[in-house]
Amino acid sequence: MVTTMSLTDTYPVWSWNPVTDLRAMWAFPFMVNAFRAGTVVAVLAGVIGWYMVLRRQSFAGHTLAQVSFPGAACATLLGIAPVVGYFAFCVGAALVIAAIPRAGQSGSGQEAALTGTVQAFGLACGFLFVALYKGFLGGINSLLFGSFLGITATQVTVLAAVAAATLAMLAVIARPLLFASVDPDVAAVRGVPVRVLSVAFLVLLGTATAATSQITGTLLVFALLVMPAATAQQLTARPAVGLAVSVLVGLAVTWTGLIAAYYSPYPIGFFVTTFALGVYVFARLARVLAQVLARRAPASARLSGSAV
Amino acid sequence: MSVFTAFDHPYFTHALLAGSGIAAAAGLVGYFLVLRAQVFTGDALGHVAFTGGLAALAFGYDLRLGLFAATVVFAVLIGALGSRGRSDDVAIGSVFAWILGLGAFFLTLYSTRGAAHGTAGVSVLFGSIFGLSAGQAKVALLAAAAICAAVALLARPLLFASVDEAVATARGVPVRALGLAFLVLVGACAAEATQAVGSLLSLGLLAAPAGAAHLLTARPYHALALSAGLAVAEMWAGLGLSYAAPRLPPSFTILAVATAVYLATLVTVRPRRGRTVTSRAVRGNVPGWPRL
Repeated sequence: MVTTMSLTDTYPVWSWNPVTDLRAMWAFPFMVNAFRAGTVVAVLAGVIGWYMVLRRQSFAGHTLAQVSFPGAACATLLGIAPVVGYFAFCVGAALVIAAIPRAGQSGSGQEAALTGTVQAFGLACGFLFVALYKGFLGGINSLLFGSFLGITATQVTVLAAVAAATLAMLAVIARPLLFASVDPDVAAVRGVPVRVLSVAFLVLLGTATAATSQITGTLLVFALLVMPAATAQQLTARPAVGLAVSVLVGLAVTWTGLIAAYYSPYPIGFFVTTFALGVYVFARLARVLAQVLARRAPASARLSGSAV
Repeated sequence: MSVFTAFDHPYFTHALLAGSGIAAAAGLVGYFLVLRAQVFTGDALGHVAFTGGLAALAFGYDLRLGLFAATVVFAVLIGALGSRGRSDDVAIGSVFAWILGLGAFFLTLYSTRGAAHGTAGVSVLFGSIFGLSAGQAKVALLAAAAICAAVALLARPLLFASVDEAVATARGVPVRALGLAFLVLVGACAAEATQAVGSLLSLGLLAAPAGAAHLLTARPYHALALSAGLAVAEMWAGLGLSYAAPRLPPSFTILAVATAVYLATLVTVRPRRGRTVTSRAVRGNVPGWPRL
């Protein structure tokens, strides 16, 4: 029998004094760890996610995220640290996607049926591992919807090391990858190894997805991997500015999400998705508004000119 | 342990009755879902079912009310917005990720109310077909029968509209209304399947038998019947397997059988030209194709 504490009684109260609030929050080592891990993940997801949205591979990211759930559940069942399961399953799945040509993009009905079946089967395997591991049922929600509790200092170190390695790899291939993403045909003609770059990027995407799943949960990786990047691409077409905006949005969403989750009983995944979607919708509206104003200005000028 | 002892347990007969109906409905709807390349709409409606179900639980209503209300309303919304041209996948993915996040919010709201226990979310996400009561099984069976009847009624014009939209429009088939009606059926089917295998796994039940049927035959009515038959057989096999090995949850065994059948079909049947339903099949008067 799973015994759960009554959650509502134990929640701290927001005192409207940010300095005392932050100091009170960071008095707990687990909150400090959560902020460190969240920051690392937000930067990694912001950068990799920007390339993913540019390459239109958000569907591959979605598939990799679904795989991280059985990964973590399998590792827990076998008694290994879940971090190992996350990275092993995600990178493995990335290599499988890379091996199948044209996979990772939603195509015809038959391809979509296959992808959907494999994803559902992956989730079913995760559920099987959880069911076999008795007494773990309470933890299933934090695997799926994210949790900031119980992030250890070791986990932060592992995440930071993986993120540093991933970003260093990306820095090496950043320029040719940008070229290959924007115009693969011209890049191939110019001698850029498009296929190798695509495989390398999928592996990087696998590590980024595995890292993001540990904060937002398996089902909500879109919150940090896709939404900040999509926001950035609504606002600017310049790569350097776009990457910076993507990382900044990711950081802002993660930090506010952590603070909101600390002061309420609701899961962090809910706050992170809500804030990230809010920023994305705002960016889209701003862009539409800017276009309307730009169209209106000459039109009204012409109108007033003809009226005179 | 004999297989026949299974029928001594009321929970097993309830699961078998409800499961057969749900599988038949999912097989029929899934055939059109794959034909119209709308598999990811089914995925999205599964997510919506989770949030709807938990919202109903959190506010003290019946779970099924939330499931059906949310999926049908969203199906109509998708149908209404879809006519303005296809939106990009990033926007759709972001909205549905947020809907799942909202579901997590309602889950916490429900489980912190005190009366509930923490496994409610798990059973909405991954199903608990052996937990259906006699009344729930009866309602599920009736709803499934209604979905099957509606698909049978719409099958002919829907096939025409799915395969060659332009010609169907020219012949006076109400293509838009059919598309909307079909989406509502998909929504109802996602709500049904959530009661069997859960909202996260309902996509497998919709896609796997239909995908296999599409590979096995290009004749629409044969494929439609085959898809429903495969789904029901897979449901029975999964339930039997889970009864024989109680450590395996039924949702997993059903999905495992369905995936195995689909992959086996994929390996043995090489997709050839002319094996899939095309508009040429309509013009070429393939035997078995409905004459319109």
